[in-house]
Amino acid sequence: MISINEVIETNAMISRMNLDVRTITMGISLLDCVGGTLKETCDNIYNKITMKAKDLVYTGEEISKKYGIPIVNKRISVTPIALVGGSVCKTSDDFVEIAKTLDRAADKVGVNFIGGYSALVSKSMTKADELLIRSIPKALAVTGKVCSSVNTGSTKTGINMDAVKLIGEIVLETAELTKDQDSIGCAKFVVFCNAPDDNPFMAGAFHGVTEADCIINVGVSGPGVVKAALEAVRGENFEVLCETIKKTAFKITRVGQLVAKEASARLGVPFGIIDLSLAPTPAVGDSVGEILEEIGLEFSGAPGTTAALAMLNDQVKKGGVMASSYVGGLSGAFIPVSEDQRMIDAVEAGALTIEKLEAMTCVCSVGLDMLAIPGDTKATTISGIIADEMALGMVNQKTTAVRIIPVIGKTVGDKAEFGGLLGYAPIMPVNQYSCDAFINRGGRIPAPIHSFKN
Amino acid sequence: MKKTIITVVGKDRVGIIAKVCVYLAENNINILDIAQTIVDGYFNMMMVVNAEAASKDHDQIAEDLAGIGEELGVQIKAQQEEIFDMMHRL
Repeated sequence: MISINEVIETNAMISRMNLDVRTITMGISLLDCVGGTLKETCDNIYNKITMKAKDLVYTGEEISKKYGIPIVNKRISVTPIALVGGSVCKTSDDFVEIAKTLDRAADKVGVNFIGGYSALVSKSMTKADELLIRSIPKALAVTGKVCSSVNTGSTKTGINMDAVKLIGEIVLETAELTKDQDSIGCAKFVVFCNAPDDNPFMAGAFHGVTEADCIINVGVSGPGVVKAALEAVRGENFEVLCETIKKTAFKITRVGQLVAKEASARLGVPFGIIDLSLAPTPAVGDSVGEILEEIGLEFSGAPGTTAALAMLNDQVKKGGVMASSYVGGLSGAFIPVSEDQRMIDAVEAGALTIEKLEAMTCVCSVGLDMLAIPGDTKATTISGIIADEMALGMVNQKTTAVRIIPVIGKTVGDKAEFGGLLGYAPIMPVNQYSCDAFINRGGRIPAPIHSFKN
Repeated sequence: MKKTIITVVGKDRVGIIAKVCVYLAENNINILDIAQTIVDGYFNMMMVVNAEAASKDHDQIAEDLAGIGEELGVQIKAQQEEIFDMMHRL
């Protein structure tokens, strides 16, 4: 029989430490929606999404009430649209029509984001891939819930530098089209290296072509729970620290496993994976920065940060894999600056720079996330930042990503306000030296050698 | 048997358990176990109940109990047992 102390512990995690299930994401394949015309394809997409996901939000709420655990987001990911629209979209505007269809379908079923307005171009681009990428600024400006991603590199293929160059320009154009809202369009766009097919977290979620027709993936969170557990072991050595993180990650992941299995059974859709990322929110007590401080750093970004984060990330995974047989997605600690109050504080204090964040992304998921930079940053500079991050992922055989927001009309010293879960971000300074000639070379960086690992 | 865990957290006062028990009896919910303790100065009570033969569904019971909690100035939650089992038992 469960003891009262165990019950108290679980409920304290939920009520005081912000334990929640961050997202139930339904992955839906749209490969069977391709029709003879754009209109037919859009109709098929709308019908399939609204049919498959009609009970998703309701089911999430039911499970939440049954176990007394908040399930914050219900979301949908779909097959990369560049594949779905390839035969019927002749212009970028045709792709925007599909984006609008996705937005309408998301509204209809009540989810808060739909991901998969994506292209996979890790080696080269097809005509459709390029049209989709060029449509991203408009698609993100005219829709509210659509999220977009592009995979521009992988360990097996190298880095598609033509795509990286193009995306620097696309990021700036996206920022320009949403400049009246602090360039928020860029907050819905991620560029990846080694993108996973089953990630439930936005903005980078898409339903990979290796997946089933429909699947349920669940993202759990709980930085506040880890922080609270670490408060109890202040001053102890690393063995105790690691053991505490592992146990906590195990408990958090078990809740995700319970919710995932229940959602899968109720919706009649197979369970895919649990993503056991520590995902912060702007709320105090729900921060990865706070964990790093509890581990012993004055601010995130202080010397030792990369080591602390590497240890944290590894222990979270070690605890989590014991709790669920199907762990996937990104699974690690997220460090989105604008969504983490202590990261924001660290930037404002001058402790955390883009370069240090880049080092941190070598050891955690996912990458340079939710960084606001001056709106007058050059496209080639943005491409250079992306290329650096892609290289980290390619060489280290891990997923890396960039979600960067050049805030039009603002510069270092200003703040960008995104609102809600996206939070606010101080504008960070960018290295002013040029990489024009590097980015303008064109072509691709070859895949790294997989031998001679000395 | 599916068990439901009812928890009460708040400032101790006369009649909390009485009021919850009356509600459970009225709705044909059988109490299997009761435990209570004080944590950080707060009264914590846990009841393990069997609500399989209850006259209301889980959502309604949870909502009613939350309402009773508001009247008493305490927080009352009803949760299915699995969440605690999953987290604390291998």
